[in-house]
Amino acid sequence: MFDRLNFPQPWLSLTLFLVWQFLSNGVSGASVVMGLLLAWLIPQLTQGFWPDRPALTRPWRLPGYLLRVLVDIVIASVTVARLILSGRPPKPVFVSYPLELEQPMAITILASTISLTPGTVSADVSDDQKILLIHALDAGSEQEVIDAIKQRYEKPLMEMFR
Amino acid sequence: MIAIALNITIAMVVLAAVLNVYRLFKGPDAPDRVLALDTLYINAIALIILLGITLGTRMYLEAAILIAVMGFVGTVAMAKYLKRGSVIE
Amino acid sequence: MSTLAEYTIVVMLLIGGAFTLVGAIGLARLPDFFTRLHGPTKATTLGVGAIILASVVYFSFQGEGIGITEILIMAFLFMTAPISANMLAKAAMHLDVDVMEGTKGNPWEQ
Repeated sequence: MFDRLNFPQPWLSLTLFLVWQFLSNGVSGASVVMGLLLAWLIPQLTQGFWPDRPALTRPWRLPGYLLRVLVDIVIASVTVARLILSGRPPKPVFVSYPLELEQPMAITILASTISLTPGTVSADVSDDQKILLIHALDAGSEQEVIDAIKQRYEKPLMEMFR
Repeated sequence: MIAIALNITIAMVVLAAVLNVYRLFKGPDAPDRVLALDTLYINAIALIILLGITLGTRMYLEAAILIAVMGFVGTVAMAKYLKRGSVIE
Repeated sequence: MSTLAEYTIVVMLLIGGAFTLVGAIGLARLPDFFTRLHGPTKATTLGVGAIILASVVYFSFQGEGIGITEILIMAFLFMTAPISANMLAKAAMHLDVDVMEGTKGNPWEQ
């Protein structure tokens, strides 16, 4: 179980190490040692939960995507806020979204993005990971939601994971 | 000026917490109550950070981190319990 | 502290407080569970994010450096909000929570 000085997921280890440095007040000898220990231990312990490594082939596209999501979160919040304050009843729709992505990691990112952006919360993934159930707060039709998500989020993710 | 804005913001967040408590008591279903608790802990983080600005100290951030982590784990555990009837299978 | 920084902090605080309040209003008055789920996941998360940013700006102008801890809290909240919303939606579908009239489509059987 414990391979000697083996880092099965270098990026996870690096993230853990850096986060630990930020959480402890100032970088010191103790925090570096503890950070290294955690960066070694946690990937080993959680290895069973990562069936296959995420294949992020174009990581440099990630910042642009995150920026777009951040802007959309602000727009989404304003839209939802206006709907809540206007007092009219919403028109909710359950949408079955056909997924084109295949990697579990990519689907997770897409689902999280959907939950944070325009009036939609992802509710469930079918067992064969082909369909995503989305609840839209205020939408005209099912097709509208599907087209918007496909254009805005799934295309860039498809290009990142391939 | 910051002091006035701080007071207004604290008032708004407290009002938000009151509304959450209303939903917590009213329900009507268990997921509603869990959702209200979830929102309540996020508001608690906001209040702690506002308190930190008011007192001019960053000491309280550790508490905010703890509430963030524990609140998330608690919400997930409760949701899992509602779905499966047990937390750890 | 410069006036510009002060204005930035004030605006951030007020935006944050307003969004938090709107999220809670949505939680209190929207008609069914699935619509209520939208308030906290978006409005409240963004509200707390804005308040945290105000705190970052405030303390960086107090000369205490940029607070990475605050940003970590914010990142954590933004990462966990969709996950808890998703878990709660699954639980609600399992318990067959009522959906409001006029909802198109159906939740899945769990």
